[in-house]
Amino acid sequence: MAIKVQNLTKVFDDKKVLDNISFTVEEGEILSIVGFSGSGKSTILKILCGLLSPDSGIIDIGDGDVAMVFQYSALFDSLNVFDNISFALHERKEFKGKYTKQEIKDIVAKSLKTVGLEGIEDKFPHELSGGMQKRVSLARAIVTKPQFILYDEPTAGLDPVASTVIEDYILRLRDETKATSIVVTHQMSTITRCSDKVIMLYDGHIVFRGTPDDLLRQDNPYTRQFVSASLDGPMKIAASSF
Amino acid sequence: MSKMPDLQSYIKETVTYKAVYTLLQYLYDFFETFGKISYRLVEVLKYMFSFQINFKQVIEQSSRFAVDSLPITLSIVSMTAIILAMQIAPEMVKQGGKDYIGLLVALTMVREIGVIMSGFAIISMIGSSQASELATMRVTEQIDAMNVLKVSPFKYLFLPRVLAGFIMMPFVVVLATTVGIITGGLMSMISAKDVTWLCYVTSVWQGLYIRDINIMLLKSACFGGCISLISSSCGYDAAGGAKGVGIATTKAVVWSFVAIVIIDCIFAVAFYF
Repeated sequence: MAIKVQNLTKVFDDKKVLDNISFTVEEGEILSIVGFSGSGKSTILKILCGLLSPDSGIIDIGDGDVAMVFQYSALFDSLNVFDNISFALHERKEFKGKYTKQEIKDIVAKSLKTVGLEGIEDKFPHELSGGMQKRVSLARAIVTKPQFILYDEPTAGLDPVASTVIEDYILRLRDETKATSIVVTHQMSTITRCSDKVIMLYDGHIVFRGTPDDLLRQDNPYTRQFVSASLDGPMKIAASSF
Repeated sequence: MSKMPDLQSYIKETVTYKAVYTLLQYLYDFFETFGKISYRLVEVLKYMFSFQINFKQVIEQSSRFAVDSLPITLSIVSMTAIILAMQIAPEMVKQGGKDYIGLLVALTMVREIGVIMSGFAIISMIGSSQASELATMRVTEQIDAMNVLKVSPFKYLFLPRVLAGFIMMPFVVVLATTVGIITGGLMSMISAKDVTWLCYVTSVWQGLYIRDINIMLLKSACFGGCISLISSSCGYDAAGGAKGVGIATTKAVVWSFVAIVIIDCIFAVAFYF
Protein backbone atom coordinates (compact mmCIF):
# COMPACT_ATOMS: atom_id res chain seq x y z
CA MET A 1 0.00 0.00 0.00
CA ALA A 2 1.20 3.49 -0.84
CA ILE A 3 1.28 6.58 1.35
CA LYS A 4 -0.17 9.69 -0.26
CA VAL A 5 0.14 13.03 1.50
CA GLN A 6 -1.44 16.11 -0.02
CA ASN A 7 -1.20 19.73 1.11
CA LEU A 8 -0.33 18.82 4.69
CA THR A 9 -0.15 21.81 7.03
CA LYS A 10 0.60 21.90 10.74
CA VAL A 11 0.95 24.97 12.91
CA PHE A 12 2.42 25.09 16.42
CA ASP A 13 2.07 28.36 18.37
CA ASP A 14 1.64 30.49 15.22
CA LYS A 15 4.66 28.81 13.58
CA LYS A 16 3.90 26.88 10.40
CA VAL A 17 6.01 23.76 10.89
CA LEU A 18 4.58 22.13 7.77
CA ASP A 19 3.26 24.31 4.97
CA ASN A 20 1.34 22.58 2.20
CA ILE A 21 3.57 19.50 2.04
CA SER A 22 2.74 16.85 -0.58
CA PHE A 23 4.53 13.62 -1.35
CA THR A 24 3.87 9.99 -2.24
CA VAL A 25 5.64 6.82 -1.16
CA GLU A 26 4.89 3.86 -3.40
CA GLU A 27 4.25 0.39 -1.99
CA GLY A 28 7.40 -1.25 -0.66
CA GLU A 29 9.48 1.91 -1.08
CA ILE A 30 11.63 3.54 1.56
CA LEU A 31 11.46 7.32 1.69
CA SER A 32 13.99 9.24 3.76
CA ILE A 33 13.01 12.62 5.14
CA VAL A 34 15.98 14.81 5.92
CA GLY A 35 16.44 18.33 7.14
CA PHE A 36 17.76 20.34 10.05
CA SER A 37 16.45 19.92 13.59
CA GLY A 38 13.04 21.50 14.04
CA SER A 39 12.18 21.34 10.34
CA GLY A 40 9.08 19.20 10.95
CA LYS A 41 10.37 15.75 10.01
CA SER A 42 9.16 13.99 13.14
CA THR A 43 5.89 15.95 12.98
CA ILE A 44 5.13 14.24 9.66
CA LEU A 45 5.66 10.82 11.26
CA LYS A 46 3.51 11.72 14.26
CA ILE A 47 0.71 12.85 11.96
CA LEU A 48 0.98 9.70 9.86
CA CYS A 49 0.72 7.41 12.89
CA GLY A 50 -2.12 9.40 14.42
CA LEU A 51 -0.33 10.95 17.39
CA LEU A 52 -0.98 14.45 16.01
CA SER A 53 -3.81 15.80 13.89
CA PRO A 54 -3.00 17.88 10.82
CA ASP A 55 -4.44 21.39 10.62
CA SER A 56 -5.26 20.75 6.97
CA GLY A 57 -4.38 18.34 4.19
CA ILE A 58 -5.20 14.81 3.12
CA ILE A 59 -3.36 11.67 4.21
CA ASP A 60 -4.25 8.53 2.33
CA ILE A 61 -2.94 5.33 3.86
CA GLY A 62 -6.11 3.30 3.30
CA ASP A 63 -6.93 1.07 6.25
CA GLY A 64 -3.34 -0.12 6.60
CA ASP A 65 -1.71 -0.70 9.96
CA VAL A 66 1.07 1.75 10.88
CA ALA A 67 4.01 0.84 13.13
CA MET A 68 6.63 3.23 14.40
CA VAL A 69 10.18 2.80 15.63
CA PHE A 70 10.90 5.65 18.03
CA GLN A 71 14.11 7.62 18.31
CA TYR A 72 14.87 6.36 21.83
CA SER A 73 13.19 2.97 21.27
CA ALA A 74 10.30 3.78 23.69
CA LEU A 75 10.27 0.24 25.06
CA PHE A 76 8.00 -0.25 28.07
CA ASP A 77 10.59 -0.33 30.82
CA SER A 78 8.40 -2.22 33.30
CA LEU A 79 7.95 -5.10 30.86
CA ASN A 80 10.51 -7.62 29.67
CA VAL A 81 11.39 -8.08 26.01
CA PHE A 82 8.77 -10.81 25.50
CA ASP A 83 5.97 -8.68 26.97
CA ASN A 84 7.15 -5.64 25.01
CA ILE A 85 7.01 -7.46 21.70
CA SER A 86 3.79 -9.34 22.43
CA PHE A 87 2.13 -6.24 23.94
CA ALA A 88 -0.12 -5.51 20.96
CA LEU A 89 -1.00 -9.21 20.55
CA HIS A 90 -2.18 -9.36 24.16
CA GLU A 91 -3.78 -5.95 24.53
CA ARG A 92 -5.11 -4.92 21.14
CA LYS A 93 -8.80 -5.66 20.73
CA GLU A 94 -8.49 -7.18 17.26
CA PHE A 95 -5.83 -9.67 18.40
CA LYS A 96 -7.58 -10.77 21.62
CA GLY A 97 -8.06 -14.52 21.51
CA LYS A 98 -6.64 -14.75 18.00
CA TYR A 99 -3.46 -16.51 19.03
CA THR A 100 -2.72 -19.20 21.62
CA LYS A 101 0.06 -18.68 24.16
CA GLN A 102 2.34 -20.98 22.17
CA GLU A 103 1.60 -19.12 18.93
CA ILE A 104 2.44 -15.81 20.58
CA LYS A 105 5.69 -17.31 21.88
CA ASP A 106 6.52 -18.46 18.35
CA ILE A 107 5.66 -15.07 16.82
CA VAL A 108 7.86 -13.27 19.36
CA ALA A 109 10.71 -15.72 18.80
CA LYS A 110 10.40 -15.24 15.03
CA SER A 111 10.38 -11.44 15.36
CA LEU A 112 13.46 -11.55 17.57
CA LYS A 113 15.17 -13.88 15.09
CA THR A 114 14.42 -11.42 12.29
CA VAL A 115 16.38 -8.75 14.15
CA GLY A 116 19.12 -11.17 15.21
CA LEU A 117 18.32 -11.28 18.92
CA GLU A 118 17.23 -14.81 19.79
CA GLY A 119 16.86 -15.86 23.41
CA ILE A 120 16.59 -12.48 25.14
CA GLU A 121 12.85 -12.71 25.91
CA ASP A 122 13.35 -12.50 29.67
CA LYS A 123 15.63 -9.47 29.68
CA PHE A 124 14.38 -6.01 30.61
CA PRO A 125 15.08 -2.94 28.44
CA HIS A 126 17.60 -1.51 30.94
CA GLU A 127 19.68 -4.67 30.56
CA LEU A 128 20.12 -4.08 26.81
CA SER A 129 22.51 -1.83 24.88
CA GLY A 130 21.16 1.07 22.80
CA GLY A 131 21.52 -0.92 19.58
CA MET A 132 19.75 -3.94 21.05
CA GLN A 133 16.92 -1.74 22.31
CA LYS A 134 16.50 -0.36 18.79
CA ARG A 135 16.34 -3.89 17.40
CA VAL A 136 13.77 -4.96 20.00
CA SER A 137 11.83 -1.86 19.00
CA LEU A 138 12.00 -3.06 15.37
CA ALA A 139 10.78 -6.50 16.45
CA ARG A 140 7.88 -4.91 18.35
CA ALA A 141 6.98 -2.85 15.28
CA ILE A 142 6.77 -5.81 12.90
CA VAL A 143 4.90 -8.20 15.18
CA THR A 144 1.50 -6.93 14.00
CA LYS A 145 2.54 -7.28 10.33
CA PRO A 146 2.08 -3.58 9.53
CA GLN A 147 1.72 -2.23 6.00
CA PHE A 148 3.66 0.91 6.95
CA ILE A 149 6.74 1.27 9.13
CA LEU A 150 7.88 4.71 10.27
CA TYR A 151 11.39 5.15 11.65
CA ASP A 152 12.21 8.23 13.73
CA GLU A 153 16.00 8.64 13.59
CA PRO A 154 16.63 4.89 13.92
CA THR A 155 20.42 5.23 13.99
CA ALA A 156 20.68 8.30 16.22
CA GLY A 157 23.07 7.83 19.10
CA LEU A 158 24.51 4.57 17.79
CA ASP A 159 28.11 3.87 16.82
CA PRO A 160 28.80 3.45 13.07
CA VAL A 161 28.81 -0.35 13.20
CA ALA A 162 25.56 -0.54 15.18
CA SER A 163 24.10 1.97 12.70
CA THR A 164 25.04 -0.31 9.80
CA VAL A 165 23.36 -3.24 11.58
CA ILE A 166 20.13 -1.23 12.01
CA GLU A 167 20.29 -0.08 8.37
CA ASP A 168 20.62 -3.70 7.26
CA TYR A 169 17.58 -4.63 9.33
CA ILE A 170 15.55 -1.77 7.85
CA LEU A 171 16.27 -3.16 4.38
CA ARG A 172 15.65 -6.73 5.53
CA LEU A 173 12.31 -5.82 7.11
CA ARG A 174 11.25 -4.06 3.92
CA ASP A 175 12.14 -7.15 1.88
CA GLU A 176 10.43 -9.55 4.29
CA THR A 177 7.29 -7.56 5.12
CA LYS A 178 6.96 -5.58 1.86
CA ALA A 179 6.02 -2.67 4.10
CA THR A 180 6.13 0.90 2.84
CA SER A 181 8.58 2.80 5.02
CA ILE A 182 9.49 6.36 5.91
CA VAL A 183 12.80 7.04 7.66
CA VAL A 184 13.54 10.34 9.36
CA THR A 185 17.28 10.65 9.65
CA HIS A 186 20.29 12.93 9.65
CA GLN A 187 22.78 10.19 8.98
CA MET A 188 24.21 10.09 5.45
CA SER A 189 24.89 6.33 5.59
CA THR A 190 21.24 5.66 6.44
CA ILE A 191 20.11 7.92 3.60
CA THR A 192 22.40 6.40 0.98
CA ARG A 193 22.07 2.75 2.03
CA CYS A 194 18.36 2.53 2.86
CA SER A 195 16.44 5.05 0.78
CA ASP A 196 14.75 4.71 -2.57
CA LYS A 197 13.71 8.36 -2.46
CA VAL A 198 14.69 11.37 -0.37
CA ILE A 199 12.86 14.58 0.44
CA MET A 200 14.40 17.48 2.28
CA LEU A 201 12.44 19.88 4.48
CA TYR A 202 13.29 23.45 5.30
CA ASP A 203 11.08 26.16 6.77
CA GLY A 204 7.96 24.00 6.39
CA HIS A 205 8.52 23.32 2.68
CA ILE A 206 10.03 20.51 0.64
CA VAL A 207 13.17 22.00 -0.88
CA PHE A 208 14.47 18.83 -2.50
CA ARG A 209 13.02 15.61 -3.92
CA GLY A 210 15.06 12.93 -5.57
CA THR A 211 17.11 9.80 -5.13
CA PRO A 212 20.05 9.47 -2.73
CA ASP A 213 22.34 9.89 -5.77
CA ASP A 214 20.62 13.18 -6.62
CA LEU A 215 21.19 14.32 -3.05
CA LEU A 216 24.91 13.57 -3.26
CA ARG A 217 25.22 15.26 -6.65
CA GLN A 218 24.82 18.55 -4.80
CA ASP A 219 23.39 20.57 -7.67
CA ASN A 220 20.75 21.95 -5.32
CA PRO A 221 21.97 24.69 -2.94
CA TYR A 222 19.97 23.21 -0.04
CA THR A 223 21.37 19.69 -0.44
CA ARG A 224 24.83 21.11 -1.03
CA GLN A 225 24.69 22.90 2.31
CA PHE A 226 23.19 19.84 4.07
CA VAL A 227 25.72 17.34 2.71
CA SER A 228 28.70 19.62 3.30
CA ALA A 229 27.37 20.57 6.77
CA SER A 230 28.12 24.17 5.96
CA LEU A 231 26.85 27.22 7.80
CA ASP A 232 26.83 29.15 4.50
CA GLY A 233 23.90 28.57 2.24
CA PRO A 234 20.22 29.24 1.81
CA MET A 235 19.28 27.57 5.10
CA LYS A 236 19.62 29.88 8.08
CA ILE A 237 19.72 28.04 11.36
CA ALA A 238 18.29 29.82 14.38
CA ALA A 239 20.26 29.32 17.57
CA SER A 240 17.03 28.19 19.22
CA SER A 241 16.87 25.18 16.88
CA PHE A 242 19.77 23.47 18.62
CA MET B 1 10.65 65.63 22.99
CA SER B 2 10.15 62.38 24.86
CA LYS B 3 8.20 59.66 23.11
CA MET B 4 4.75 58.82 24.56
CA PRO B 5 4.71 55.27 25.95
CA ASP B 6 2.52 52.77 24.10
CA LEU B 7 -0.74 52.45 26.08
CA GLN B 8 -0.92 48.66 25.66
CA SER B 9 2.64 48.16 26.95
CA TYR B 10 1.93 50.53 29.82
CA ILE B 11 -1.18 48.58 30.88
CA LYS B 12 0.73 45.31 30.69
CA GLU B 13 3.29 46.63 33.15
CA THR B 14 0.76 47.53 35.84
CA VAL B 15 0.45 45.39 38.96
CA THR B 16 -3.32 45.09 38.51
CA TYR B 17 -2.92 43.72 34.99
CA LYS B 18 -0.33 41.20 36.15
CA ALA B 19 -2.48 40.10 39.10
CA VAL B 20 -5.60 39.68 36.95
CA TYR B 21 -3.61 37.92 34.22
CA THR B 22 -2.08 35.47 36.71
CA LEU B 23 -5.48 34.81 38.29
CA LEU B 24 -7.04 34.14 34.90
CA GLN B 25 -4.17 31.81 34.04
CA TYR B 26 -4.77 29.86 37.27
CA LEU B 27 -8.48 29.69 36.49
CA TYR B 28 -7.78 28.51 32.96
CA ASP B 29 -5.37 25.88 34.24
CA PHE B 30 -7.90 24.76 36.86
CA PHE B 31 -10.74 24.30 34.39
CA GLU B 32 -8.45 22.66 31.82
CA THR B 33 -7.15 20.13 34.36
CA PHE B 34 -10.65 19.53 35.74
CA GLY B 35 -11.97 18.98 32.23
CA LYS B 36 -9.21 16.53 31.37
CA ILE B 37 -9.73 14.55 34.58
CA SER B 38 -13.50 14.41 33.93
CA TYR B 39 -12.96 13.26 30.35
CA ARG B 40 -10.57 10.54 31.51
CA LEU B 41 -13.05 9.40 34.16
CA VAL B 42 -15.62 8.94 31.39
CA GLU B 43 -13.09 6.97 29.32
CA VAL B 44 -12.23 4.77 32.31
CA LEU B 45 -15.92 4.11 33.04
CA LYS B 46 -16.50 3.31 29.38
CA TYR B 47 -13.82 0.60 29.42
CA MET B 48 -14.94 -0.64 32.83
CA PHE B 49 -18.57 -1.09 31.86
CA SER B 50 -17.62 -2.75 28.59
CA PHE B 51 -15.56 -5.20 30.74
CA GLN B 52 -12.30 -4.47 28.94
CA ILE B 53 -10.40 -4.97 32.17
CA ASN B 54 -6.84 -6.23 32.35
CA PHE B 55 -7.11 -8.27 35.56
CA LYS B 56 -3.38 -8.99 35.70
CA GLN B 57 -2.73 -5.25 35.81
CA VAL B 58 -5.52 -4.71 38.36
CA ILE B 59 -3.97 -7.31 40.68
CA GLU B 60 -0.50 -5.84 40.23
CA GLN B 61 -1.70 -2.30 40.92
CA SER B 62 -3.84 -3.47 43.86
CA SER B 63 -0.82 -5.11 45.39
CA ARG B 64 1.16 -1.90 45.03
CA PHE B 65 -1.71 0.22 46.31
CA ALA B 66 -2.47 -1.82 49.42
CA VAL B 67 0.73 -3.60 50.37
CA ASP B 68 3.28 -0.89 49.60
CA SER B 69 1.28 1.83 51.31
CA LEU B 70 0.38 -0.15 54.42
CA PRO B 71 3.42 0.56 56.65
CA ILE B 72 3.23 4.33 56.19
CA THR B 73 -0.58 4.41 56.43
CA LEU B 74 -0.66 2.36 59.62
CA SER B 75 2.13 4.44 61.14
CA ILE B 76 0.45 7.77 60.40
CA VAL B 77 -3.04 6.74 61.50
CA SER B 78 -1.88 5.03 64.68
CA MET B 79 0.36 7.98 65.60
CA THR B 80 -2.59 10.31 65.11
CA ALA B 81 -4.75 8.09 67.31
CA ILE B 82 -2.04 8.03 69.98
CA ILE B 83 -1.78 11.85 69.94
CA LEU B 84 -5.57 12.16 70.09
CA ALA B 85 -5.95 9.71 72.98
CA MET B 86 -2.99 11.22 74.83
CA GLN B 87 -4.67 14.62 74.85
CA ILE B 88 -8.31 13.71 75.42
CA ALA B 89 -8.10 10.77 77.86
CA PRO B 90 -6.79 12.69 80.96
CA GLU B 91 -9.18 15.57 80.26
CA MET B 92 -12.19 13.24 79.87
CA VAL B 93 -11.32 11.47 83.14
CA LYS B 94 -11.09 14.85 84.89
CA GLN B 95 -14.54 15.79 83.56
CA GLY B 96 -16.01 12.44 84.60
CA GLY B 97 -16.37 11.14 81.09
CA LYS B 98 -14.01 8.19 81.13
CA ASP B 99 -16.78 5.95 79.77
CA TYR B 100 -16.83 7.99 76.57
CA ILE B 101 -13.14 7.98 75.66
CA GLY B 102 -13.44 4.93 73.39
CA LEU B 103 -16.53 6.40 71.75
CA LEU B 104 -14.80 9.69 71.03
CA VAL B 105 -11.64 8.08 69.64
CA ALA B 106 -13.58 5.56 67.55
CA LEU B 107 -15.99 8.11 66.11
CA THR B 108 -13.15 10.49 65.24
CA MET B 109 -11.16 7.70 63.65
CA VAL B 110 -14.03 6.13 61.69
CA ARG B 111 -15.76 9.29 60.56
CA GLU B 112 -12.77 11.47 59.83
CA ILE B 113 -9.17 10.92 60.91
CA GLY B 114 -8.72 7.30 59.78
CA VAL B 115 -9.94 8.02 56.27
CA ILE B 116 -8.38 11.40 55.67
CA MET B 117 -4.99 10.51 57.17
CA SER B 118 -4.92 7.28 55.15
CA GLY B 119 -5.75 9.37 52.10
CA PHE B 120 -2.84 11.72 52.77
CA ALA B 121 -0.49 8.75 53.30
CA ILE B 122 -1.68 7.08 50.08
CA ILE B 123 -1.25 10.31 48.11
CA SER B 124 2.32 10.75 49.27
CA MET B 125 3.20 7.09 48.78
CA ILE B 126 1.12 5.83 45.83
CA GLY B 127 -0.30 8.92 44.14
CA SER B 128 3.11 10.50 43.66
CA SER B 129 4.50 7.18 42.43
CA GLN B 130 1.68 6.74 39.90
CA ALA B 131 2.06 10.31 38.66
CA SER B 132 5.83 10.09 38.22
CA GLU B 133 5.56 6.67 36.56
CA LEU B 134 3.09 7.88 33.93
CA ALA B 135 4.97 11.16 33.51
CA THR B 136 8.18 9.24 32.82
CA MET B 137 6.32 7.05 30.35
CA ARG B 138 5.04 10.20 28.66
CA VAL B 139 8.41 11.95 28.34
CA THR B 140 10.15 8.78 27.14
CA GLU B 141 7.48 8.31 24.43
CA GLN B 142 6.24 5.03 25.94
CA ILE B 143 2.66 6.36 25.96
CA ASP B 144 3.06 7.45 22.32
CA ALA B 145 4.29 3.93 21.53
CA MET B 146 1.22 2.51 23.25
CA ASN B 147 -1.05 4.73 21.15
CA VAL B 148 0.74 3.72 17.95
CA LEU B 149 0.25 0.06 18.91
CA LYS B 150 -3.47 0.97 19.14
CA VAL B 151 -3.74 0.13 22.83
CA SER B 152 -5.61 2.77 24.79
CA PRO B 153 -3.61 4.15 27.74
CA PHE B 154 -6.95 4.77 29.48
CA LYS B 155 -7.66 1.06 29.30
CA TYR B 156 -4.17 -0.23 30.04
CA LEU B 157 -2.83 2.40 32.47
CA PHE B 158 -5.76 4.32 33.96
CA LEU B 159 -8.43 1.67 34.49
CA PRO B 160 -6.32 -0.81 36.53
CA ARG B 161 -5.01 2.00 38.73
CA VAL B 162 -8.41 3.57 39.35
CA LEU B 163 -9.99 0.16 40.03
CA ALA B 164 -7.13 -0.78 42.36
CA GLY B 165 -7.60 2.48 44.28
CA PHE B 166 -11.35 2.07 44.46
CA ILE B 167 -11.17 -1.54 45.67
CA MET B 168 -8.11 -1.48 47.93
CA MET B 169 -8.48 1.85 49.72
CA PRO B 170 -11.39 0.61 51.92
CA PHE B 171 -9.25 -2.36 53.04
CA VAL B 172 -6.35 -0.09 53.91
CA VAL B 173 -8.63 2.32 55.76
CA VAL B 174 -10.39 -0.44 57.73
CA LEU B 175 -7.05 -1.85 58.80
CA ALA B 176 -5.59 1.57 59.61
CA THR B 177 -8.69 2.64 61.56
CA THR B 178 -8.75 -0.61 63.54
CA VAL B 179 -5.10 -0.23 64.43
CA GLY B 180 -5.78 3.43 65.25
CA ILE B 181 -8.62 2.56 67.64
CA ILE B 182 -6.48 -0.12 69.33
CA THR B 183 -3.44 2.14 69.74
CA GLY B 184 -5.76 4.92 70.91
CA GLY B 185 -7.07 2.57 73.60
CA LEU B 186 -3.60 1.58 74.71
CA MET B 187 -2.57 5.23 74.91
CA SER B 188 -5.71 6.10 76.89
CA MET B 189 -4.82 3.41 79.46
CA ILE B 190 -1.28 4.75 79.71
CA SER B 191 -2.16 8.44 79.93
CA ALA B 192 -5.21 8.22 82.23
CA LYS B 193 -5.20 6.12 85.40
CA ASP B 194 -8.78 4.94 85.69
CA VAL B 195 -9.30 3.85 82.09
CA THR B 196 -9.44 0.06 81.63
CA TRP B 197 -9.38 -1.88 78.37
CA LEU B 198 -12.91 -3.21 78.99
CA CYS B 199 -14.21 0.27 79.70
CA TYR B 200 -12.57 1.60 76.51
CA VAL B 201 -13.81 -1.22 74.23
CA THR B 202 -17.34 -1.05 75.66
CA SER B 203 -17.54 2.67 75.00
CA VAL B 204 -16.28 2.19 71.41
CA TRP B 205 -19.51 0.35 70.55
CA GLN B 206 -21.76 2.78 72.37
CA GLY B 207 -21.85 5.42 69.67
CA LEU B 208 -20.48 3.68 66.62
CA TYR B 209 -23.08 2.44 64.16
CA ILE B 210 -22.89 0.29 61.06
CA ARG B 211 -23.95 3.38 59.09
CA ASP B 212 -20.70 5.13 60.11
CA ILE B 213 -18.68 2.17 58.90
CA ASN B 214 -20.60 2.04 55.61
CA ILE B 215 -20.00 5.74 55.02
CA MET B 216 -16.32 5.25 55.85
CA LEU B 217 -16.06 2.42 53.31
CA LEU B 218 -17.81 4.42 50.60
CA LYS B 219 -15.76 7.53 51.30
CA SER B 220 -12.48 5.62 51.28
CA ALA B 221 -13.39 3.94 47.97
CA CYS B 222 -14.08 7.37 46.47
CA PHE B 223 -10.77 8.66 47.87
CA GLY B 224 -8.86 5.71 46.40
CA GLY B 225 -10.38 6.00 42.94
CA CYS B 226 -10.00 9.76 42.97
CA ILE B 227 -6.33 9.69 44.02
CA SER B 228 -5.47 7.20 41.27
CA LEU B 229 -7.44 9.07 38.62
CA ILE B 230 -5.94 12.48 39.45
CA SER B 231 -2.40 11.14 39.84
CA SER B 232 -2.56 9.19 36.58
CA SER B 233 -4.11 12.14 34.76
CA CYS B 234 -1.49 14.63 35.95
CA GLY B 235 1.30 12.21 35.06
CA TYR B 236 -0.23 11.59 31.64
CA ASP B 237 -0.07 15.31 30.81
CA ALA B 238 3.63 15.68 31.68
CA ALA B 239 5.87 17.35 29.14
CA GLY B 240 9.49 18.32 28.81
CA GLY B 241 11.77 15.84 30.52
CA ALA B 242 12.84 15.59 34.16
CA LYS B 243 11.44 19.00 35.06
CA GLY B 244 8.10 18.03 33.53
CA VAL B 245 8.01 14.85 35.61
CA GLY B 246 8.62 16.91 38.76
CA ILE B 247 5.92 19.44 37.89
CA ALA B 248 3.41 16.68 37.08
CA THR B 249 4.11 14.87 40.35
CA THR B 250 3.72 18.05 42.41
CA LYS B 251 0.49 18.88 40.60
CA ALA B 252 -0.84 15.37 41.22
CA VAL B 253 -0.13 15.59 44.95
CA VAL B 254 -1.65 19.08 45.33
CA TRP B 255 -4.75 18.24 43.29
CA SER B 256 -5.26 14.95 45.15
CA PHE B 257 -4.96 16.66 48.56
CA VAL B 258 -7.49 19.32 47.60
CA ALA B 259 -9.81 16.79 45.96
CA ILE B 260 -10.03 14.46 48.95
CA VAL B 261 -10.68 17.38 51.32
CA ILE B 262 -13.51 18.54 49.02
CA ILE B 263 -14.93 15.00 48.81
CA ASP B 264 -14.66 14.78 52.59
CA CYS B 265 -16.67 18.01 52.93
CA ILE B 266 -19.31 16.69 50.53
CA PHE B 267 -19.64 13.47 52.56
CA ALA B 268 -19.82 15.39 55.84
CA VAL B 269 -22.58 17.64 54.51
CA ALA B 270 -24.45 14.77 52.85
CA PHE B 271 -24.43 12.38 55.79
CA TYR B 272 -23.82 14.30 59.02
CA PHE B 273 -25.19 17.82 58.48
